[in-house]
Amino acid sequence: MTVRVRTLDELLTPPAAGSSALSTQEYFVNMGPQHPIAHGSLRLVLRLDGETVKEVIPVPGFVHRGIEKMCEKLNPRQIIHLTDRLDYLSAVMNNWGVAKAVEKAANIETNGRIETIRTLMSELQRIQSHMLWWGVLGMDLGAYTAFLYAFRDREIISELFEETIGARLTMNYVRPGGVMFDILPDFQEKVKKLLKYLGPIIDEYDTLLSGNVILQERLRNVGVLDGKKAVALGCTGPVLRASGVPLDLRKLTPYGRYGDVEFNVAVGSKGDCWDRYYTRMEEIRQSMRIIEQLIDSIPEGPVNVLRASARISIPEGTYYDQIETARGVLGVMLVSDGKSPSPYRVHFRSPNFNNLWAVTALAPGWRIADIITIQSSLDLVIPDIDR
Amino acid sequence: MDAQALLQAITGVNPAAQERPNTNVPAVQVPVAGLHAFLQVLRDDPRFSFDFLLDHTAIDWMADGKFELVYQLFSTLHGHTLMVGVLIEREQPLAPTVSDLWPIAEWQEREVYDLFGIPYDDHPDLRRLFLEDDWTGYPLRKDYQDKNMLQRPQ
Repeated sequence: MTVRVRTLDELLTPPAAGSSALSTQEYFVNMGPQHPIAHGSLRLVLRLDGETVKEVIPVPGFVHRGIEKMCEKLNPRQIIHLTDRLDYLSAVMNNWGVAKAVEKAANIETNGRIETIRTLMSELQRIQSHMLWWGVLGMDLGAYTAFLYAFRDREIISELFEETIGARLTMNYVRPGGVMFDILPDFQEKVKKLLKYLGPIIDEYDTLLSGNVILQERLRNVGVLDGKKAVALGCTGPVLRASGVPLDLRKLTPYGRYGDVEFNVAVGSKGDCWDRYYTRMEEIRQSMRIIEQLIDSIPEGPVNVLRASARISIPEGTYYDQIETARGVLGVMLVSDGKSPSPYRVHFRSPNFNNLWAVTALAPGWRIADIITIQSSLDLVIPDIDR
Repeated sequence: MDAQALLQAITGVNPAAQERPNTNVPAVQVPVAGLHAFLQVLRDDPRFSFDFLLDHTAIDWMADGKFELVYQLFSTLHGHTLMVGVLIEREQPLAPTVSDLWPIAEWQEREVYDLFGIPYDDHPDLRRLFLEDDWTGYPLRKDYQDKNMLQRPQ
């Protein structure tokens, strides 16, 4: 038996300086837990030689809330409330992930209206999430204008959410068996207006930032992750697709209305920061295509097939279901003992937790400034890592 | 390969594997002895080629005195998934590491170690992940007690 439990302190003992006059001494620098580019509390310990990064040791856990433990005492409807605190930029998709797992486990059939509204809201949120990422990437690299542009346009989608859902960030919209509220009568009109506005805006983003020579220099050929390595490191979402692996659950196992619409999976070829950048830009356009096809074909029907007071009982067993959020595959494992209304165990396969570790493979050999680029291109949301 | 053919092929490879009831995905239950070799076959056999470890976690079956390790496998080649469940003893648990097969397992196993206290044999970097190194107890165990925990009204 060779179990050896280590501590962080053991790893952080700096090696002694070499004996030669020219050899340099390696040292450690903490990036975070409070660092502007972490967008949350994530500590990265960098082992440096001069300005060259030798090793990155991620230390997560600063916003660990024990959501999986809390879920063991809550019923399926209450669990939904915790899921939009995971990856708050994919709140609707997280709600849907859990609702879908519960519906599969408890054999609840939904209708076309519910699935269409869920799909529309998810795609709107994907656009909103990628826009935030685009602005923040610009800001991380010193282009503050991008941040202002992205927030200006993101605001329109936030207002749409506020009108329909009543919240701008942590939305409790999708429930097991339906959605919380019906869309407003002018929702379709407003979305069409939004699409009309967004088309040229995304092109403007390209002229503003994508073609910029400084941005190109800082993204191209930096942090190359080939497809095989990305799969081995458990990456999903745009990070994996940028490496040339076309894994998109919306295509592979269509749920909601994704089977009825035409869209392409954006795929990169090389897996550098630029591919991750452009994959997301293309995904915004594809999401707009999906919305365009669905906005006029929302079927009639009730928006919840269950009464608000209906008891949802999950039969005994282990259930696993997954969904494609803006950052990758969110898996939900529900274990029920069949006795209590709350599940025996809930586990979230979080996309950011698995994507984070790519940074340990990508960073060595690059400078500190490139770590900023690499981390920004992975688009991590810290509360989803810690859960 | 559809779910039924997949499960048949797996029982052909490992006769000890049993189909797991009450689930919505193809799932098998295997004994812990020979787990690493079995998972290696699942990864390397071209019929299965499960090259992607989507998820690894554990379940605490306290009443039965067992922990269950759960692996969610996915094949980017065939597009099929498989859930593998393994029961181990709750007293003095020990599990084989699969981080040599799928590098992501290194961190997923660290999470399980941190929250369940299941040590992994030959793990390259077994450390607490979210909690501090001097934390006592393992929070996702069913019998975990903390002086700050509130008792829920029954």
